[in-house]
Amino acid sequence: MAQTVTVEAAGVVPPPVPARTPAQPHRRKRVLSWIGVHTLAVTAVLFFILPFVFLFLTSVMSDKQALTSHLWPTSWEWGNYTEVMKTPGFGTWWRNTLMYAGLGTLFTVVSSLPVAYALAKFRFRFRGVALMLVISSMMLPPQVIVIPMYIFWAKQMHLSGTLWPLIIPMAFGDAFTIFLLRQFLLTIPSEYLDAARVDGCGELRILISIVLPMIRPAIAAVALFQFFYCWNDYFGPQVYASENPGAWTLSYGLESFKGAHQVNWNLMMAATLLVMAPVILVFFFAQKAFIEGVTLTGVKG
Amino acid sequence: MTTTAPAAAKVPAALRRQRRRRNLRTLAFLSPWLIGFSVFFAYPLGATVYYSFTRYDLINPPVWVGTRNWNYVLNDYPALWQALRNTLWLVVVMVTLRVIFGLALGMLAIRLKSGAGLFRTLSYLPYLAPPVAATIGFAFLLNPGTGPVNNLLGDAGLPQPGWFTDPDWSKPALTLLALWGIGDLLVIFTASLLDVPREQYEAAELDGVGPWQKFRYVTWPAITPVVLFAVVTGVIQTMQYYTQAMVAGKVASGIIGNSGQPFEPGYPQGTTLTLPQLVYQEGFSTFNTGAACVISLILFAIAMAFTFVLLRRRSGLLDDD
Repeated sequence: MAQTVTVEAAGVVPPPVPARTPAQPHRRKRVLSWIGVHTLAVTAVLFFILPFVFLFLTSVMSDKQALTSHLWPTSWEWGNYTEVMKTPGFGTWWRNTLMYAGLGTLFTVVSSLPVAYALAKFRFRFRGVALMLVISSMMLPPQVIVIPMYIFWAKQMHLSGTLWPLIIPMAFGDAFTIFLLRQFLLTIPSEYLDAARVDGCGELRILISIVLPMIRPAIAAVALFQFFYCWNDYFGPQVYASENPGAWTLSYGLESFKGAHQVNWNLMMAATLLVMAPVILVFFFAQKAFIEGVTLTGVKG
Repeated sequence: MTTTAPAAAKVPAALRRQRRRRNLRTLAFLSPWLIGFSVFFAYPLGATVYYSFTRYDLINPPVWVGTRNWNYVLNDYPALWQALRNTLWLVVVMVTLRVIFGLALGMLAIRLKSGAGLFRTLSYLPYLAPPVAATIGFAFLLNPGTGPVNNLLGDAGLPQPGWFTDPDWSKPALTLLALWGIGDLLVIFTASLLDVPREQYEAAELDGVGPWQKFRYVTWPAITPVVLFAVVTGVIQTMQYYTQAMVAGKVASGIIGNSGQPFEPGYPQGTTLTLPQLVYQEGFSTFNTGAACVISLILFAIAMAFTFVLLRRRSGLLDDD
């Protein structure tokens, strides 16, 4: 500052490039790197967001315009959304999806928590083996066991054409949920539990009244994962519900929009966004729990 | 040895009772999973092995045919090898690109001075899109005739591929879809990069090393386990690759939804065929249950092999802290 004043006082035109003090090339490099990093970031964000924008723009086009190559709608047909929601079946698929995702999530969390607690906090002889089996079944592609499971549910239980073959197994623990909950439970100091045990508290009560309040964020994370899993599941409903449109879920029924309306891309895109919307809304409300869960699967442990 | 046996017998009755009570309690807590594991894992796995030696059309009772299904699938069933080749392609290209892209985005995310939270949230959104919805969306975006992507490519004077309808481009199109949904890796890599001790970077700077050397000697060793985790879980996920390939094939081939119109997975020309789709096809479309079970078991063997790699590499998973 002082230097500039003296230069001006001397009546000399200040040089276009500031005098080279050692700090300044460094600063210029920093500015350049700031620009570079942020340009890259904006490019990446465009790659992630533009598909949503195009889907949305198409979803409000008229039937005719959706078949042309225009990117911007000439008229905004918000009625596409009501038309999609009025399509026969759409309401049923919503109900089925909510039932599958709701009951599935509830069953999974309730049945997995005690298992995760035992694997994290009890000492017993085959604990290492049990844990390894949990992780192995977590990695098992569902298609490996689908043939006998279908035979069991369809031939013995007569439940094909419903979503029960997908919901009932969730009342018997889910490997991924057990694994994640256990990783969270390991972070709870055992001293808390020992103190309660000394006071004569039973394990079930410790789990419900001491552990549960402490791992509420973890419960939220695994519940979200399970909810999204059910919401997104395509293979399960295709195997068990395909024969009965009354049991379809949104993820499975979505495809048939093409059938009901030939290739009406505008309605198809409106339906697609309607199926995406709840998941994204839920995420915005529970972002922290979700990110924490994803991090825990990959980084810690 | 002779002394321990009577000593064990002399364990006070009270202690023994306590031990038994503790074992029962453990069993009770584990019971949901014990039942689930036996009924929904061990039993069907055994049954898959049994059915793989039978001829069974889901209507008439199964007939024992020995190794006929195994011979058929391994020797006279080109679709198996095609699915395996496709999977290998997806593992090499899709998984590798996902890891590189995810790592690059993670490094970008931690260098952002402003808008880091917004960047992370927006980049994460596609990961949440239900696979069916995302695939249908991409089938529209990459629609060769009227899709916005080819429009923009055309405006820029670039070639316009046929994407999901072109055998040479179907797998690259699926890869693009997989790169769009990279949010999980972004989060994992960002977290692991933030865990690299700052002092190590400062020490490296004092030694006057460049950015590449900093990455090579400080960042890389610290994140190798996470990269390995991403690669192995990526491979296991690719073994299960089903929904996107199935839906992309159906929509691109013009099959009308779930109308029951027959669809042979793999469109175009088997280039999107994967093992899980073959299981579905043989089991529920051609009712060749025995062959479906053979393919299931091949899938099982590959997935378990990679699971054991993961368990060995990350034996920390089994530790307590």
